[in-house]
Amino acid sequence: MAADTHDTGGKVNDRGRHYFDDPKRWKRLIAILIVVCGVLFALDFVNFLQQRMGWHELRHPERDWEGLPPFYAVYGFLAYTVIVYTAKALRKGVMRDEDYYDR
Amino acid sequence: MIGSLPPAAVMILGALLVPLLRGRARTGWVLLLPAASLAALLALGEGEFGQISIFSYELTLVRIDGLSRIFGWLFHIAAFIGLIFARRGGSALEDVSALVYAGAAVGAVQAGDLITLFVFWELLALSSVFLVWARGTERSYRAGIRYLLVQVGSGVVLLAGIIAHARTTGSVAFGPMETGALGTNLILLGIGIKAAFPLLHNWLTDAYPEATYSGAVFLSAFTTKVAVYALARGYQGEELLIYVGVVMTMFPIFYAVIENDLRRVLGYSMINQIGFMVCGVGIGTEMAMNGAVAHAFNDVLFKGLLFMSTGALLYRTGTTKCSELGGLYKSMPKTAALCVVGAASISAFPLFSGFVSKSMVMAAALEQNLDVVWLFLLFASAGVLHHAGIKIPFYGFFGPDSGICTKEAPTSMLIAMGMAAFLCVFNGTWPTLFLYPNLPYEVTYEPFTSAHVISQLQLLFFAVLAFVWLRLTDREPHELPSTNLDADWFYRRFGRGLAFAAGGVASRLRDAVAARTVTVAGSVIGSARRYMGPTGVLGRTWPTGTSVIWVAILLLLFLLLYYASTPLTSALPPP
Repeated sequence: MAADTHDTGGKVNDRGRHYFDDPKRWKRLIAILIVVCGVLFALDFVNFLQQRMGWHELRHPERDWEGLPPFYAVYGFLAYTVIVYTAKALRKGVMRDEDYYDR
Repeated sequence: MIGSLPPAAVMILGALLVPLLRGRARTGWVLLLPAASLAALLALGEGEFGQISIFSYELTLVRIDGLSRIFGWLFHIAAFIGLIFARRGGSALEDVSALVYAGAAVGAVQAGDLITLFVFWELLALSSVFLVWARGTERSYRAGIRYLLVQVGSGVVLLAGIIAHARTTGSVAFGPMETGALGTNLILLGIGIKAAFPLLHNWLTDAYPEATYSGAVFLSAFTTKVAVYALARGYQGEELLIYVGVVMTMFPIFYAVIENDLRRVLGYSMINQIGFMVCGVGIGTEMAMNGAVAHAFNDVLFKGLLFMSTGALLYRTGTTKCSELGGLYKSMPKTAALCVVGAASISAFPLFSGFVSKSMVMAAALEQNLDVVWLFLLFASAGVLHHAGIKIPFYGFFGPDSGICTKEAPTSMLIAMGMAAFLCVFNGTWPTLFLYPNLPYEVTYEPFTSAHVISQLQLLFFAVLAFVWLRLTDREPHELPSTNLDADWFYRRFGRGLAFAAGGVASRLRDAVAARTVTVAGSVIGSARRYMGPTGVLGRTWPTGTSVIWVAILLLLFLLLYYASTPLTSALPPP
């Protein structure tokens, strides 16, 4: 197989420090994510209370089960995890060498 | 003058001039053509044009209504952006095939009858394969051949369906059809191949990653969306499509998670997104149809953007494999940022385009009490976040540094990606300015309710949280150089093995027959030689006397036979 030609745009020697080289930046990003998730999680309980008290609802559910707090949060977390584990199991069955079809 | 041409002809005929032009003249010409073609489309207004009659069939070359017009807009925008992207390093061959391909897509969605549809259907296949072959590698050549076989096969199935349909109904008009008859079933199958229905889908994940860096951008825009249009036109409300669509949203997400080539990940992602559209067409209500069409529109833009950013990676680094990439945001920060916009759009974050279109299909499912379908679609939405929202930007640009040092993508590529990114945000933030008013039905759906925004954010952010947890605890699947077996194994391995085995059997059979023939012929020749050869019994020279005796014996025999066969009465003289 012929190698692809590609254009690196000439000689590059930029090896300075970059934004995510500092692990603190990743940690800060994750901290922000956890705070956002916490707020969204809490919102659902506020909403549930509002429903029960008959006040204005932030999130009017289409179905009863969908209105349960924290339906979407749990569903999102679980779906993602299930997808990853299922895919890893799938890999055991279908993964072959990179040149499987070229041999 | 433009007004008198079918819009599709502008790009197809204009492409013929491209090989004669170089440099700026070619750039100007190829960018002028989609603009002129769009002008021709808008100048026509709604209605049916170019009616001709062939062999008692009425053909309508151009039909423009709400459904075909929005796809017309879409294909022109996609062609324009793609051609800008292809300015760097793209060959004249790619320009020509991209223009003919875009023209064929425009022609197909404007076809008012099935025969015109078929012609453009095949032109889509023939023009697009060059975008794969233009890569110039052995792999792309082979993938192109497989792609062409499947695509032309789809056309053959479509044609068979059209013939059967025309024989039973006497009409080739392309409108709503009912499944159940041979013709309409075959037409659905032909369309289904191009729409990458489950088990018929591998041509897409096989060929698109092997195309040139700009070729994949065009490929992702046209073929499958023409198929979605054809489903929307012909099979609105066909219940089967709901379930086909759900399967399409589900199975590719698992493959996308473990796939190493980012452009093949995008291929699986396409099938997943088309699943939402197919499901919308299957539900068939006005909101579902609007959702399917709006999502097709948005998908071309954000998937185009993602294919462009991975194309830029390929252009600069020569690879799109996760196992070889990482840390590229340092060299290509703008490309990385634009890629994140595409990723946010496909994941349907609020204010990005996926949010205002995918949700219409899901809301329609819930409205029709398809609760289980809705749960599957929600599950698939979390899957989209994994492979397109996180995997593409993270493993391409932000993951562990691969040590590759390169430069930012060329300006023309950044302009093209910038335009697509702008449209993603524009459609996602102000859907009522362009997208919603141009949908086939009036839109009553309101995407920015607090319920929708909050629930979507919860789903997405907690899925991201799951990613962070799995990544930090080393539970994320590792990026490994690999090939994953899929339905194409049946023709690439099993079928090929079967063909070779059958060839082996045929060859042995032929050898056996040949050997036996030689033996038989040899023995015939041998015995002929033995009896009739120079020393054979029949080949001997006999004395003249022997011949006279033989003649006398023969005459005697003849006489005896004569007497024996003549009745006695006739031998006697008459009385």
